[in-house]
Amino acid sequence: MTWDVALILVTDGLANGAVYLLAGLGLVLIFSVTRVVFVPFGDIAAFAALSLAAFETGRVPPTIGMVAVLAALALATEIGSLLRRGESARVPKALLMWGVLPAIPCLLAWLAARPGVPVAVHIAVAVLLVVPIAPLLARVVFQPIADASVLVLLIVSLALHFLLSGLGLLFFGPEGSRTTPLTSAVFTLGDGFTVSGQVVLMVGAAIVLSGLFFLVFERTVAGKALRATAVNRVGARLVGIRPVRTALLAYGCASLLAGLIGVLIAPVTTMYYDSGFIIGLKAFVAAIIGGLVSYPMTAVGALAVGVVESFASFWSGALKDVIVFSLLIPVLMLRSFMAAHSEEEEDEVEQ
Amino acid sequence: MKSLMLTLTRGALAAALTACGVASAFAADLKVGLSVSLSGPNSSLGVPYAKGMQAALAYKPEVNGRKVQLIVLDDGSDPTTAGRNARKLIEEDKVDVLMGTSGVPAAIAMAQVGKEAKVPMIGLTPILLDASENPWVMTVAQPTQLMIDAVVERMKRNNVKTVGYIGFTDAWGDLVYNALMKAAPEAGIKVVSNERYARADASVTGQVLKIVALRPDAVMTGGAGTPGALPFLALQERGYKGGVYGQHGLINPDFVRVVAASGQNALMPTGPVIVAEQLPDDHPTKKIATDFRAVFQKVNNAPTGDAFSAYSFDGWLVFADAASRAMKKAEPGTAEFRVALRDAIFSTKEVVGTHGVYSFKPGSLYGVDERARVIVKLDNGQWKLAP
Repeated sequence: MTWDVALILVTDGLANGAVYLLAGLGLVLIFSVTRVVFVPFGDIAAFAALSLAAFETGRVPPTIGMVAVLAALALATEIGSLLRRGESARVPKALLMWGVLPAIPCLLAWLAARPGVPVAVHIAVAVLLVVPIAPLLARVVFQPIADASVLVLLIVSLALHFLLSGLGLLFFGPEGSRTTPLTSAVFTLGDGFTVSGQVVLMVGAAIVLSGLFFLVFERTVAGKALRATAVNRVGARLVGIRPVRTALLAYGCASLLAGLIGVLIAPVTTMYYDSGFIIGLKAFVAAIIGGLVSYPMTAVGALAVGVVESFASFWSGALKDVIVFSLLIPVLMLRSFMAAHSEEEEDEVEQ
Repeated sequence: MKSLMLTLTRGALAAALTACGVASAFAADLKVGLSVSLSGPNSSLGVPYAKGMQAALAYKPEVNGRKVQLIVLDDGSDPTTAGRNARKLIEEDKVDVLMGTSGVPAAIAMAQVGKEAKVPMIGLTPILLDASENPWVMTVAQPTQLMIDAVVERMKRNNVKTVGYIGFTDAWGDLVYNALMKAAPEAGIKVVSNERYARADASVTGQVLKIVALRPDAVMTGGAGTPGALPFLALQERGYKGGVYGQHGLINPDFVRVVAASGQNALMPTGPVIVAEQLPDDHPTKKIATDFRAVFQKVNNAPTGDAFSAYSFDGWLVFADAASRAMKKAEPGTAEFRVALRDAIFSTKEVVGTHGVYSFKPGSLYGVDERARVIVKLDNGQWKLAP
């Protein structure tokens, strides 16, 4: 192996790592606030990418229908539970929250599918279109079982993944798609070593978004509420933070992250209806390195996974994923030696 | 009240009996059981297979005046499910012949069940089995070696001395590699690498870097469908200037869409049906291939651009030809008919299909010759015959 080969592999690995970083942040965010390992995260990214591809081929993305149906389901669940509790005065607000709000991106997407719409609008709409998916799924599926054990939540989340990837197959067909690159710039460093603009964009987006994350968590009330829920759900409830609302906020943020990941990687990798799963799985490895709670450790883990994956594919393409997932074993062993595991389990017993 | 109950019971009984009668009337017709991957990673090939079979059913819905019933099951790209489907088709639906599927391992699983139950199987993929131990299976696909030989001949003509290989980590990647290793040394070509990647992989940068560092004159790829486009894209990105060769697993409109400009001038072998309208008029398969295109367009409301639907069509033609001969010996739906059908398939002589001219004989799984292959070049998103 020569130095320039190593450099190319490192850049490739960092670009992939940037994607895993964003996905890892989303996973950690949802897990720490709601205790759900959100497996369908990658599927939402794939939906964003494939919706963008549908726009590019001049089709109306079928995602619109899915979001609309999900919104109807969520609306029905919400109104049903309001009526059951005799709080019919809050129905108009529910209509606005669960009916009108998700319908806006659907309408925008439907309008954007007309010919002659600029690419930038397509990208923005593709991201917006997937933002309601996670909160709506959460309202329909996770909110009624919010106090179930982590294992139950994980199983439900896995089932959701299969549902979503099945819908993806139905909507977008079995074949993959690529979208046109967001930028065709190529930067040349030193003698002949080039970095494509798309890679710079991916790494840049990861840096900017993690910076934004940091600011939101440190400086805003909503961010502090999220952190408080993550630290102790019962305590947060005692000081007046409503876990349902913070959970929805977390799902919304994660969905937005997933949408951004989708449009960022669609030009450099072929996206299939089921490629979200493998992205989610690698991000999960990163999140495990961060213990599913630590954002900085997740970031480090994500970059490590990306670089290891890239070098592994050079040494042995066939065993690439084996090597990446083997990373989990030493990390889990180390964590289980170091961790003081008590609080989580007690919490569950109390509830 | 009692009399009402009695009437109802009688009515139900009569209805049940009529239903049985209808079912037995159906049983006398020919039944074809197709198991393909309508979902899962192989569905990019499985869906065209199923569409091609529907076109074939519309093209030839009867054999000797007897209706043919087609039963389609999805195997989810899983060999275990394919085997289970085959068992279900045989035991519950009592099919006369099995057909399938889009994956080689799954097709082998089906063939094993067919062999146990003594039901003939027409494979639609290049199945790798010992023909002498499997007298119930044959395939309409071209043997991989026949196709790769054509690629190696073309490499030799283009003065290629060294070739790098990159393909899938699965059976298909192995098949292509083994065929290449068999043909290349005889043509004086050295295979310098054996890189692999998984269908679901997002990038092959690592593998391609290794190949580019070896500076081979050409690269041979062993992938299929849209995932098969990855090496083309990565080689283009790394500025590789040599020729890139593919094989018939890549002949698929979605591959063309995803590979876009990176696949320009790539050469690959395929059945002549892909370039039917560019073939000379005296080509044996030109007429049936044109007919197939027309009927496919009518049934599926879309043109064909892939090689897979045509395999299904050919499988059906071979079956229809053999069934018309076997019906003279035995009644469909019986064990004797299945034996007669198998014998009839293995005595197929010069049945003209869209991919080639089929002549089966016992002791060989394959029934095509050099007439079943052409080399095509990808030119601005179109397949062009490269004579």
